[in-house]
Amino acid sequence: MTRTWAGRIGFYTLIAVLLAFFTIPLLWLAAAPFTSDPTYEVRMPDFTFENFQTIIEHPYALGSLVNSLILAIGTALLVVVLSALAAYALSRVRIPGRDALLYALLLLSSIITGTAAMVPLFQLAIELGLIDSHTGLILILTGGLLPAAIFMIKDFMDATPKSYEESARVFGASPLQIVRHVVTPVVRPGLATIAVWTIANVWGNFLMPFLLLSDVEKQPAAVIMYTLYTEGGQANLRVLSTFGLLYSVPVVLMYLFVSKKYGFRFHGGIKR
Amino acid sequence: MAAIELRGLTKVYPGGVKALDSLDLTVPDGEFFALLGPSGCGKTTLLRTIAGLETATGGAVVIGGRDVTGVQPGGRDIAMVFQDYALFPHMDVSDNIAYPLRIKKVPKAARHAKAAEVGARLGLEQLMDRRPGQLSGGQQQRVALARVMATQAQAFLFDEPLSNLDARLRLEARTFLKKLQRELGVTTVFVTHDQAEALAMADRMAVMEAGHIRQIGTPAEVFQRPANTFVAAFIGSTPMNLLDAVVRGDTLEVAGCKLPVPASAEGLLTEGEKLVYGVRPEYMTYSAQPVDGSLTGGVVILENLGASHLVTLDVAGVLVQAVVPEGHEPALGEQGYAVPRGDRALVYRDGELVTA
Repeated sequence: MTRTWAGRIGFYTLIAVLLAFFTIPLLWLAAAPFTSDPTYEVRMPDFTFENFQTIIEHPYALGSLVNSLILAIGTALLVVVLSALAAYALSRVRIPGRDALLYALLLLSSIITGTAAMVPLFQLAIELGLIDSHTGLILILTGGLLPAAIFMIKDFMDATPKSYEESARVFGASPLQIVRHVVTPVVRPGLATIAVWTIANVWGNFLMPFLLLSDVEKQPAAVIMYTLYTEGGQANLRVLSTFGLLYSVPVVLMYLFVSKKYGFRFHGGIKR
Repeated sequence: MAAIELRGLTKVYPGGVKALDSLDLTVPDGEFFALLGPSGCGKTTLLRTIAGLETATGGAVVIGGRDVTGVQPGGRDIAMVFQDYALFPHMDVSDNIAYPLRIKKVPKAARHAKAAEVGARLGLEQLMDRRPGQLSGGQQQRVALARVMATQAQAFLFDEPLSNLDARLRLEARTFLKKLQRELGVTTVFVTHDQAEALAMADRMAVMEAGHIRQIGTPAEVFQRPANTFVAAFIGSTPMNLLDAVVRGDTLEVAGCKLPVPASAEGLLTEGEKLVYGVRPEYMTYSAQPVDGSLTGGVVILENLGASHLVTLDVAGVLVQAVVPEGHEPALGEQGYAVPRGDRALVYRDGELVTA
C-alpha cells in the first residue's frame, strides 16, 4: 500500500517537473510582452502595451510576418497540390521499385533543405536568378517538404477504397474528375494535415530564408526575430518577447481552426 | 436495353494467370443473368471485363450490337453496383444518386429532380440528405441501385449485390432485386458465389470453374440436369449423391445395390463400364419397407431441415442422403430403403453427363 502510494507520488512529481519545464517558457511568452521591463524570469505583468507600440513602429517586424504568411501559404499550396497528385499516382499505378523510390525520396528530402546542401543550393539559386525572391524560396522549400508530404498523403490514398474510383469511372468520369470529385474530398483530412504541417514547417524555417534572401524587406519573421537586439548587442527582451507572441499566435490559431473544421477523422461509407 | 455478347473472351493477368479462357456467352436483352462459381473461378474478372475495368487479352465484348472491347468503361453505356456499393462518403444520398448525371453535365436542378424521382421509387425519400455513413446496409444498397437506375444505362452489372447484407435482409433484398429487375427490364448480369441466390434470382445462369463456363442454363436446368459432376456438386443446398457405379446388364451396381439405368442414359452405356451415378437427396423416395431398386442401409445421421429431414444411410460403407418429409422421419439405426426417381437420376462418364 505505502509502496504504491510512494510510487504514485514519485510519478506525479516527475510529471509535474516535466510539465513545468515546458510550461514556464510558455508562461514567460504570455507574460513578458505585457511587462515594461521583462527579464528572464516569469513575473506578473504590469499590463503595458508599450512593447506592442514598439513592434508596430519597427520598420520590418510587421512586414516580416506578412512575408512569413506569403512563404508559408505559397509553399503549402504547392506542396498540397503536387503531393496529392504524386501520391495518387504512386498509390494507384504499379511500378517496380515504387517503395524503394519513396524511401529514397524521404531520405533525400532531409538533405535538400538541410545544412549539407547549403552551398550547392545557394549556387543553384544564384545561377537560376532565384536569389532574393520569394518564388525561388517557395520552390526550394516545396522541394524539401514534398517527399515527406507524398509519403504521408500516400497512406491516405492507399486507405481509400479503389471501388470509389472505379464506380466513378464506370459512370464516365475522367481521371481528373475522379481526383476532384472523389479522391480529394475523401482524403481531405490528409490534405489538411499536410497543409498544417507545411505551414508550421515554413513558419519556423530559419536557415533557408536567411541564406537565400538578402533584402531585409523580404525576410520572414523567423529571420527578423534574430535581429532584435539592443544597441549594446544584448537580446532586446521587450521586443523579442512581444514579437515572439505575435509570431506564435497565427500557428496556434491555425491548429485550432483546422482541428475544429476537419478534425482528423474519416467518414467512410462502409465498414471493412 | 441491349444484349451482351462475349466472343472468345480471354483474360491473362501479368504473370501468366489465365483468369478467363476463351469464353463465349450471350445474355439476351432484358435477361437477369447470374455468374456463379466458387471464389477464384474468374466470375468477378468476367464482370469487370464486361464493365471495362479490366482489359480483355483476347476476344470481344459486344453490348447492344456495338463492339466495346477497346472502349473505356464510361463509354460502354453500362452501370455497375460494387460489392461495397462504393457510395461516395462525402456526398449525401441525393448527390450520390445524381453523380452519374453530374458527369453527363445535366444541370443541377434537373439531376436532383431525377435523383428525387428515382429515390422515391426505392423508398429513399426520407433519406435524401443523409450521408452513406448514416445508412444501414440495406439502405446503402438501395442508394447504389438508385444510382445505377439514374444512369438509364443499357445494361446493369452487379458484383455480389447481397453479400454485404445480413442473412435476413439478404432474403428480402433478393426478392426486391428480382422484382426491380423485372419492372425495369434492363439486361442485368450479377456475380454471386451463393448457388441459392443464383437459383432464386436468375432467369439464366452460368456456372464457372477456373476461367471456364461449365454450364449455362435456366436455374431449373442447372439444378435438375447438371452437365458435369462439378456443377452437380456445386449446386443445391444439400449436395447431390455422387456414387461410383458399374454397368451390369440393364442395371447399375451402386454400393452393392442394383438400380435401374436412369431414363436419360438408356441405351448409351456399355457393359462393365465404370460411371458415376448422381441423384439429389430431394429426388429420393424413402421407405422403411424393402423396395426393389433401392439403396439400402442403416440410418446413421438425421438432420432437421425444417419442413423435412435429411437422412443419411450407410450403404455398404458409402454414405447416401435422402430428404424425407416431416412426419415420416425414421429412427436412428433403423434399416432404410431409398429409391431414386428414375427420371431425375443421372449418370456421369468421366465427369460429364451421359445424355442423348
